[in-house]
Amino acid sequence: MDQRITSEPLTTAPSTAQPIRIDAGSSATPSTSAASGPVWSQDSAGSGSDRPGASKGVVFGANDVSVHYGSAPALVNVTLDIREREITAFIGPSGCGKSTFLRCFNRTNDLIPGAKVSGRIDYHAQNLYAKDVDAVEVRRRIGMVFQKPNPFPKSIYDNLTFGPKVNRMKVDFDEVVETSLRRAALWDEVKGKLKQNAYSLSGGQQQRLCIARALTVDPEVILMDEPCSALDPIATAHIEDLMRELEHDYTIVIVTHNMQQAARVSDRTAFFTAEIESEDDDRRFGRLVEIGDTSKIFSNPTDKRTEDYISGRFG
Amino acid sequence: MVSTSTPTRERVDQSFRAPVGDTIRERFTQFVLLIATCVALVVLVTLLVDIVRDGASGLSLNFLTQYTSRIAANSGIRAGLTGTLSLMFLVALLTFPLGVGAALYLEEFAPRNLWTRLLETNINNLAGVPSIVYGLLGLSVFVYVLGFGRSLITGALTLTLLVLPVVIVASREAFRAVPREIRDGGLALGATPLQVAVRQTLPAAVPSILTGMILSLSRAIGETAPILVAGAVFSRRADNAPWHLSESYTAIPIQIFDFVKRPQEEFQIGVASAAIIVLMALLLVMNSAAIIIRNRYARNR
Repeated sequence: MDQRITSEPLTTAPSTAQPIRIDAGSSATPSTSAASGPVWSQDSAGSGSDRPGASKGVVFGANDVSVHYGSAPALVNVTLDIREREITAFIGPSGCGKSTFLRCFNRTNDLIPGAKVSGRIDYHAQNLYAKDVDAVEVRRRIGMVFQKPNPFPKSIYDNLTFGPKVNRMKVDFDEVVETSLRRAALWDEVKGKLKQNAYSLSGGQQQRLCIARALTVDPEVILMDEPCSALDPIATAHIEDLMRELEHDYTIVIVTHNMQQAARVSDRTAFFTAEIESEDDDRRFGRLVEIGDTSKIFSNPTDKRTEDYISGRFG
Repeated sequence: MVSTSTPTRERVDQSFRAPVGDTIRERFTQFVLLIATCVALVVLVTLLVDIVRDGASGLSLNFLTQYTSRIAANSGIRAGLTGTLSLMFLVALLTFPLGVGAALYLEEFAPRNLWTRLLETNINNLAGVPSIVYGLLGLSVFVYVLGFGRSLITGALTLTLLVLPVVIVASREAFRAVPREIRDGGLALGATPLQVAVRQTLPAAVPSILTGMILSLSRAIGETAPILVAGAVFSRRADNAPWHLSESYTAIPIQIFDFVKRPQEEFQIGVASAAIIVLMALLLVMNSAAIIIRNRYARNR
């Protein structure tokens, strides 16, 4: 399995619309995470992973990341790694900051007035929050799928060409549309009606269209913020199959409220918890409890709080 | 009614009966509301019937194709019609970029601070300023300061000032109605905020913006006071065209005012009513266009 390393800077430059990836054999990028902080079950360097290609590179290294909205903390001191071509799931009760944390990876938090991210997030050893890093450029490389399917109110075709157009990618649009729809397992259902408005699709189809749309700009990572919470079980199963399929080519980070979903699809699971900041006004902030192989988190978690949550004792 | 055999059943039936007082109050309130509706309707119908009875006989193709005359039977509103259409065209041309641009800035890019709040409050208040004030503004600024004289461009600019606040407010509402998720989706693909605003938010908002614009335009073409102050002429025996910016101009409401002021009764009643019918037909066409656009948009969603 070859390793993709994006060596190009994330600063704005007219010609960097399409990320250039250098195949660099199988040299593992060293983990940047510090050993301090939360409890680590099995982590760094992929030791003990029961999956093939165990020595996986690190795509994101989050080090002591905190997010504040104004003066209120939303998430404090999170340190973890996201490994390449794996599905990492973030689980935890409401208000534990898992979505907030996800939004740090493509700097979507920048769009919220008053949000402040501290600590360090490295994307292939490049600090995402460095001064000269352009948030727009980051979002070109790191795709996102949202909780509610959000196709543009345009044709299916136009939904899929928007990304390549704004990124000035010199590609054959027909080809991009077909490839991305095939990858999102939607081609057979929509190939005859590409000119139809995307709103005419069912909710599950819309969500797969949104995944296809994220693929059109050829990201390395796809962030998914509770992508199935608005879908019925059958559509959810479709999306989960799709994620398993996409895992071969993309790194996926998924936030989910559904523990079974995390158990079904993810390779590694991070469990977050909400701590009460002050009893008076019930303000909460999130904290990472532990991260490890999904099988271990669900069968033999290190932390008592994880076990309680998994077994349904709170949350 | 079938008589109920068990006593329990009877009790249940009774307990579901509405108290008599409630029913009467309900009916009475509905009646009062119906009367209120009828008053508005009666006024409208009376107006229409009265005007159509007085003006229908004066309506003919000649009425549209002839200029004003001292003889009522030969009088037409050709000058007013071309003037009104030219004004409409110019006002739309000026208002769309200015109004939509201002709304797009305020809604999508402006920082939320004291200055923008002040700006917003002012725009909202401008929408309520009496139209004659805009006429006086047009007179002093466009006629005298800028030296445009009593010309078509002065009238168009004056009406643009009049409708601009309304168009800005309506366009902002339209932008605000575009779901947040659409912007998020665009930004997540690596589009810049400007690209998202221009390629996603604006197209999604255009139907509501057009609806708002047409409705405010139809208000503008019915206005008499501001363009009267800003130099519209009563009688003109030449066509207006949007590209003849420095010519003098007139408009249908101005001509109606002129007809009503004349001493002869044929003008006051017959000709004026006919002109009113033309103006109302024009408004009806515009409002229908607005409704059609809105409905088409609703169907596409």
